[in-house]
Amino acid sequence: MRLNELSPGTKAFVKKVHARGMISQRLRDFGFFPGVEVKVLRCSPLKDPVEFLVESNFVSIRHEEAHCVEVAE
Amino acid sequence: MAGSGELVVALAGQPNCGKSTVFNMITGGRQHVANYPGVTVDIKEGIISSEGKRIRVADLPGTYGLSSFSNEERVARNFILYQKPHLVVNVVDTSNIKRHLYLTLQLLEMGAPVVLNLNMTDVADARGVQVDPKILGERLGVPVVTSVASQGKGKRELRRILKTLRAPEPRIIPYGTLEPFILRIQEKLERACPDWIFPLRWSAVKLLEQDETLLAELARRGEAGEEVRQLANSLAEDFRKEHDEDPEGHIAFSRHLAAKELAEGCVVATKSTTKTLTDRIDSVVLNRGLSLFWLAGVIYLLYELAIVKGYELTAYTWPYLAGFRSWVASLLPPAHFYSEPLLRALTLSVVDAVLSVLNYVPIFLILFACIAILEDSGYMPRMAFILDRLFRKFGLHGQSTLPLILGGVFVGGCAVPGVMATRVISDEQARLATILVVPLMNCMAKIPLYTLLVNVYFADHKGFAMFFISTITIIVALMAAKILTLTVLRSKERSPFVMEMPPYHLPTFFGVGTRTVERTWLFVKKVGTIIMLVAIVIYGLTSFPGLSGGVRQSFEDQERTLKNAFLQEIAGNPAGKPFTEDSRAIDALITYWDSYQNGIKQVSSKEEKKAFLEEYKKQDPDFFAVLLPGRDKDAKAVQGAFKTLLSERGTLQRSYKEKVISSSLLGRLGISLEPITRWAGFDWKVNVSLLSALAAKENTVATLGALYQPEEGQEGAALEERMESQAKGFTQLHALALMIFMALYPPCIATLIMVRLEAGKKGTRWMLLSLLFPICLGFLFASGIFTLGSLFQVTGLQAMGIFYALALAGALVLSRIEPREHKNAYGMEGR
Repeated sequence: MRLNELSPGTKAFVKKVHARGMISQRLRDFGFFPGVEVKVLRCSPLKDPVEFLVESNFVSIRHEEAHCVEVAE
Repeated sequence: MAGSGELVVALAGQPNCGKSTVFNMITGGRQHVANYPGVTVDIKEGIISSEGKRIRVADLPGTYGLSSFSNEERVARNFILYQKPHLVVNVVDTSNIKRHLYLTLQLLEMGAPVVLNLNMTDVADARGVQVDPKILGERLGVPVVTSVASQGKGKRELRRILKTLRAPEPRIIPYGTLEPFILRIQEKLERACPDWIFPLRWSAVKLLEQDETLLAELARRGEAGEEVRQLANSLAEDFRKEHDEDPEGHIAFSRHLAAKELAEGCVVATKSTTKTLTDRIDSVVLNRGLSLFWLAGVIYLLYELAIVKGYELTAYTWPYLAGFRSWVASLLPPAHFYSEPLLRALTLSVVDAVLSVLNYVPIFLILFACIAILEDSGYMPRMAFILDRLFRKFGLHGQSTLPLILGGVFVGGCAVPGVMATRVISDEQARLATILVVPLMNCMAKIPLYTLLVNVYFADHKGFAMFFISTITIIVALMAAKILTLTVLRSKERSPFVMEMPPYHLPTFFGVGTRTVERTWLFVKKVGTIIMLVAIVIYGLTSFPGLSGGVRQSFEDQERTLKNAFLQEIAGNPAGKPFTEDSRAIDALITYWDSYQNGIKQVSSKEEKKAFLEEYKKQDPDFFAVLLPGRDKDAKAVQGAFKTLLSERGTLQRSYKEKVISSSLLGRLGISLEPITRWAGFDWKVNVSLLSALAAKENTVATLGALYQPEEGQEGAALEERMESQAKGFTQLHALALMIFMALYPPCIATLIMVRLEAGKKGTRWMLLSLLFPICLGFLFASGIFTLGSLFQVTGLQAMGIFYALALAGALVLSRIEPREHKNAYGMEGR
């Protein structure tokens, strides 16, 4: 399952980040590492992007980028 | 740079750690933007002296890590690598220490002489996070200072610690399975490049990350460097095969684990946090139904405070500027009967241009204060969050919201701060697109022309016409942005949208104040000086080569006729004796009159007025009698004749001006453009006023005013009436075409300069593009409306509706177009 498929209010664990270069760097900066819990907080009024809570970081990500993160419930 | 008895201290930290507040606290606001060659991101510097030591404090850009992916990270890292500061103060948000230690470890790894500053301990306390500075200091092996910079706490300790000298000693982070690979590169590097100045282990790790800066360093070392590069590449590939993991991912994960372990060792959580205050605020502010409502409220408040209230404030400040102009005018040689001496005309046009910029200072002060508050409070990323989806469809970015608002999305903004505000947009392609479309918004200087045309030609449909003009610009701007990103900006770097939503903060008065003054000053300095130059050039273009001898002669004849008429009128009148005796006295009276008119404006109190009148009476009692005849019948008759003369003189002055403009270089250009601009319905008068508007759009209406002279019996008529009666062939359709052209008019000189500055590399080319593409776009639309409109004989109002519908449809179609290779833009799904 991918991160963009989760709906607000749900939680999941990061399995793997399927990306390289800048995007994977950005995701790592905010703590998207295997085993870390991610909570979906809310989505924007226009649906995209979505705000997540990763450990103690509040991050908003577009669907497009969230698709790179493989998660498991 | 380090050396020469001066200490250099760098402030490093992640975004939203309160670093600039710490910087302000340490330096006390005495700061400037330092120029480092090749650096596009600003580095602010402040110099303090403590016990005879000069300490230079550099505020590095906030970065999450120290890779070479983003500009900010490169700048921050290269400063530490190449400028070798004596000390690096690493500012950390205590409430989110684990993430911030991720950067600390990277600083330590590269051997930076770090001092840790645990900032925002108040926020941490509120969240139930307590960090033991002693344990943390021992584990990290660095001095630790706590502070609450927003309340000025910790200032003394921080300033004292700036003088500690620390020997840089790289910290070792365990990389587990990657260790043998690091070791091999390290050994190879040591052998191949004996002159390598950076810490070896750190360099080996960075080479495995494919770090650009270090690869460039290797490339400089020729063959030996190439060997190291190849080894690093093949080892990275080996690791990938053996462990099914990218080395950079493994490295980051190891650092993350190290930071986690450190944090767990020194954090005492006093209470379990359920929901932070920020989260609770966001559940209201970013509520799906309400968020657009709040956003509209914020935008409305911004307009109301900065544009509306700021504009009202200029009514109080303008008299001072006008007083200055009068004062300058009184020092200059007086005007002739119908023309002005060169020195006077040139100086006054420069003064006028500069004052037109200074007039906006109150607006800018409020505007920049509002932006600083928005920035410091943390609402800016929320704006981006709300509108990103809409803007992205057109190649822009959520962070384009503020620049577009400042540019005047609806009515009344200014492109200069708009372009300045694009700096925060992290996506290069979207940033350039925003820079290019911000000038298409409705800035304040475009409004007078709209008001003029709407009042004359759309008087019965004012509401619709204003709605049209204030919303058509954003629709066209979105279309333009999409077209630009699909064409010239196609190959520009795009960056992923992974944006932190920082906790809300209460902005500090000091922080907001310094930034407001700083940015306003920057604007005045940059724009003011350029405007002076431009005013001189425009003056030259509208005055030279001047009139031919014959035309000049006819003006002199007219002058003589008018003066003779005056003399005849007062012949035999005893009060007119000085003039009938010596006709040169007429010129003297005019000068006297002009200087009186100029002076009386600056008189405010009754006493002053009395003294002022006394002085003029003393200067020349005969002239004074004409000025204020009282009950003297003879003097009254002279005054009557003189007033007629003055009004005739006014007409002569304006027609002289019109002649000069029409025979000037700019006038000739306007006339020669007529065959082309006819398609859009512009005659040469409109052309000239549009050309003069290049310097500042305020000029449009002023130039039109000079060109549409009052006719007989029309003296004192407003420009609206003059245009209506004189420009007989000018229809609603003409007006619409002109309004559309104005809406899409290229940026003024001040904005062009900002575009050049902000666009970064090859700024001049972007500046030229931002000059040319709106001209083409505007002309295309204007001539389309005018030519097709005339052909199908629709009214301006109908054309307005049709154009609006077409633009909406066009925008809708464009929003559907997906740029090529959109999906795999960042190599996602790779291997």
